[in-house]
Amino acid sequence: MQDIIIIGAGVTGCAIARELSRYKLDVLVVDKASDVCEGTSKANSGIVHAGYDAEPGTLKAKLNVRGNAMMEQLSKDLDFSFKRNGSMVLCFDEAGKGTLKRLYDQGIQNGVKDLKIITGDEARAIEKELSDEVTAALLVPTGGIVCPFNLTIALAENACVNGVKFSLATEVTGIEKKGEGFVVKTSKGDFETKLVVNAAGVYAAKFHNMVSSEKINIIPRKGEYCLCDKNVGGLVEHTIFQLPTKYGKGVLVTPTVHGNLLLGPTAVDIDDFEGVNTTQEGLEDLLKRCALSVKQIPSRQIITSFAGLRAHEEKNDFILGEAADVPGFFDAAGIESPGLSCAPAIGEYMAELITKKLPAEKKENFVATRKGVPSMALATPEEKQKLISENPLYANVICRCELVTEGEIVDAIKRPLGATTLDGVKRRTRAGMGRCQAGFCSPKTVEILARELGKDISEICKNDEGSEFLEGYIKD
Amino acid sequence: MDKDLVIIGGGPAGLAAAVAAKEAGVNDLLILERDNKLGGILNQCIHNGFGLHTFKEELTGPEYAARFIVRAKELEIPYKLETMVVDISADGDAKIVTYMNREEGLVVVRAKAVILCMGCRERSRGALNIPGYRPAGIYTAGTAQRYVNIEGRMPGKEVVILGSGDIGLIMARRMTFEGAKVKLVAELMPYSGGLKRNIAQCLNDFDIPLLLSHTVVDIKGKERVEAVVIAEVDEKSKPIPGTEQEIKCDTLLLSCGLIPENELSNALGVEMNRVTNGPLVNESLETSVPGVFACGNVLHVHDLVDYVSEEATQAGKKAAEYLGKSEAVNAGGDKKIVIKAVDGVRYTVPSIIRLDHMEDRQVVRFRVGAVYKKVAIQVLAGDKEIMNLKKQALAPGEMEQVILRKSVLESIPDLSEVTVRVKTD
Amino acid sequence: MTETKEFTCIRCPLGCQVVATLEDGKIVSITGNTCPRGAEYVTNELTDPRRIVTSLVKVTGGSQPVASVKTASDIPKGKIFECLDALKSVELTAPVRIGDVVIPDVCGTGIDVIATSNIQ
Repeated sequence: MQDIIIIGAGVTGCAIARELSRYKLDVLVVDKASDVCEGTSKANSGIVHAGYDAEPGTLKAKLNVRGNAMMEQLSKDLDFSFKRNGSMVLCFDEAGKGTLKRLYDQGIQNGVKDLKIITGDEARAIEKELSDEVTAALLVPTGGIVCPFNLTIALAENACVNGVKFSLATEVTGIEKKGEGFVVKTSKGDFETKLVVNAAGVYAAKFHNMVSSEKINIIPRKGEYCLCDKNVGGLVEHTIFQLPTKYGKGVLVTPTVHGNLLLGPTAVDIDDFEGVNTTQEGLEDLLKRCALSVKQIPSRQIITSFAGLRAHEEKNDFILGEAADVPGFFDAAGIESPGLSCAPAIGEYMAELITKKLPAEKKENFVATRKGVPSMALATPEEKQKLISENPLYANVICRCELVTEGEIVDAIKRPLGATTLDGVKRRTRAGMGRCQAGFCSPKTVEILARELGKDISEICKNDEGSEFLEGYIKD
Repeated sequence: MDKDLVIIGGGPAGLAAAVAAKEAGVNDLLILERDNKLGGILNQCIHNGFGLHTFKEELTGPEYAARFIVRAKELEIPYKLETMVVDISADGDAKIVTYMNREEGLVVVRAKAVILCMGCRERSRGALNIPGYRPAGIYTAGTAQRYVNIEGRMPGKEVVILGSGDIGLIMARRMTFEGAKVKLVAELMPYSGGLKRNIAQCLNDFDIPLLLSHTVVDIKGKERVEAVVIAEVDEKSKPIPGTEQEIKCDTLLLSCGLIPENELSNALGVEMNRVTNGPLVNESLETSVPGVFACGNVLHVHDLVDYVSEEATQAGKKAAEYLGKSEAVNAGGDKKIVIKAVDGVRYTVPSIIRLDHMEDRQVVRFRVGAVYKKVAIQVLAGDKEIMNLKKQALAPGEMEQVILRKSVLESIPDLSEVTVRVKTD
Repeated sequence: MTETKEFTCIRCPLGCQVVATLEDGKIVSITGNTCPRGAEYVTNELTDPRRIVTSLVKVTGGSQPVASVKTASDIPKGKIFECLDALKSVELTAPVRIGDVVIPDVCGTGIDVIATSNIQ
């Protein structure tokens, strides 16, 4: 019998797991994907919002400001990339100025610090590439950017080190009440547990509705993005938003923490819970919209495009806490933007609620920090020499575009909750994320994965089962 | 470490450049190669068709590479394998090359001259911005070629190829030979991007259809490719609604162009040509940074390795001259002639000729931007026509060349500009 | 009866478009070729089309699991797949040297399949 089963190994599930790992509790995280961070957490803007967007009084508002404040220290404790680059919300006409003022007031109410409304010229003095159409802007110094992969992976690894178990490639097929607890039925068998935490992203409504008569509805809202080469990563320094529309926060133009430039997202409600395909209309639309913000969209520098699904809840707020009619079933549902920013705060908030229900002692030996995979690309020459002298594999470059070495890839595979797939290696090390998009390194990475995992290269997958790269030998 | 000459890359360009430099008397040289053997991409190009120009016989890629490797070994040219150059910078006249390998760790070399021979990479699915899912089963043709020809593994059994670049055409035949079904090759442009003979011997021989003015507009399959949707495109390369057809397949190969790999050149601050994505070079294949030369696919993408070898030989020789190891061809003044590419000619390599450094014959290579029939390549020195070559056909997929004679250029007083153009009338 | 047939010569990268004119099945003229090899190619295409075949064979004990091979000269086009089938059962042992005979007289063509790469 588990104390707690968390369904979903995205950023929310992992943040809750990490907070719960402070306690003497038997926690299991299950996810249908073969790795953590395979759903919404891997395909979003990577923004740490300041907290002016959400309506005052909502969970979104409260947890965003708290999450933003927590992120910097957490990034140091858990060794993931975070940068407080500041953001700007652009306004293109007189009519928009009212909305800008509303955002400003909302931000003040939510407790966002240092907000300022500036003129178009002032905005252009700060960001030279902003379009001439910009008439005013909200300057938000506390906005930031984060690596969504490494945030999630760091939380998961740290939870794992502190005793949380993970069962990946484990699809939950049913949840039944049994006595005081639950039976969670999965593709890998049944698990009994005292409590269930539902952090299943776009699938959260499905699991909630299995046990609760108070139904919720979550709509997958697709967002498509284009990612540009690092050579245009400096186009803007701040994260550039436009005024929010009824579809959400609108499109942004932002540097990423790794120095690329990100454009997007679109916002379209769809029926397909796995509909992470990009579309021609979507990609064209986002480029057109982004073109309003800056003088010139570097569309020739696009190196990849992708789409993610936001778990949009009808009432437009997070659903956090115990289901009213199902004691012991905790939802962390409807986690759409600013979900990533809120994740650390959601973890804290949920752990508090859960430990009230299931009181537990704190561990004395909780490990609060974690070291990530060392990055040769970011290391100083002295650090490089040191890494190489300890392990010569750090001198064998596998991904030339992002300068990722065999040492880093082996580390990513060998560490707690290590990578087992090409995408897993990519998200942990950046191998394959550069301008050639894994053309050169994927055969080598596949070979290293096979060697380290004791498999044949034909068994290595891109991500989930069925995504093998190779289909047998020649001459067969 | 100090070196007279560092050659970055041990593929066809690096090998030919090293051989030429050594033969011209440069003894203190070093090849740095990132792969585990010399020869570069030729090792995976197991088809024939190489060397007709250089060796007057038809060789496969590995055989062609072996000829140069044997020569480099005879000349005792030092090289390092599995060695990645991570940076080049300039320090006065010296070039600081930083490389990494397992044996030596991080090493800094001060070189008097450098030849850039890093080759090129393939345009990826992302750069083409093809919509759809992102499953396994999408490969650039060269990556698939590596899986098949080096690892002996099949990337898939039912194949659609986007782009009619030579590697894609070669892979159409290669996959067919290994029992795969190649359903079709779709090409965005109204003409093929590859050599005509590859259409004949790789597609026509096996009844593989080539659909010109077609592209992939959607990729289906969440884990592994299940189908692609192709559509016809209009003259602006925009897909025409209603022309979509779904083709079932498990593999999509991309052969949509090659991009010179100039990250190191950019780090060094070498001036670039926006058309070729390679460095701007003079008659000596020297970049805007004195003592730094470039040749092969890092300079501009070639169709034929024979021309890479020829170009690299020139770069090796000129690097030796720079190093003072052999007598410079009439060193002296710096009179520059700019070569302008106009009227259908997209670029020229070189783009500058210093008359004082020019040899008797100067090869100028270029590509055209469209398909032309029954035209002429015209070369003007100032306003004066100095060459008019009749051409049955010109196509962007086939590199062209003209040979300028020093005596002709010298005969024109105060010459500052040579123009290369397609004459259509 | 007069007919014309068009070919892309594959003998060199130039890829000449060569036109053969036939009268009652006999070649009466060949035009469009830049060199004599173009005429020879077209004549062969009309009578006995041939191709060089390049492929791989398995290797054991080497630095690489496969070695590249080719037919030492061109073989009848109709025999390509027969030749490829014959290569399936071949397994070499490293080292392999360029020029090593892999299959002598492949499929009765009188032509050897030889190795085109060195495998240590």
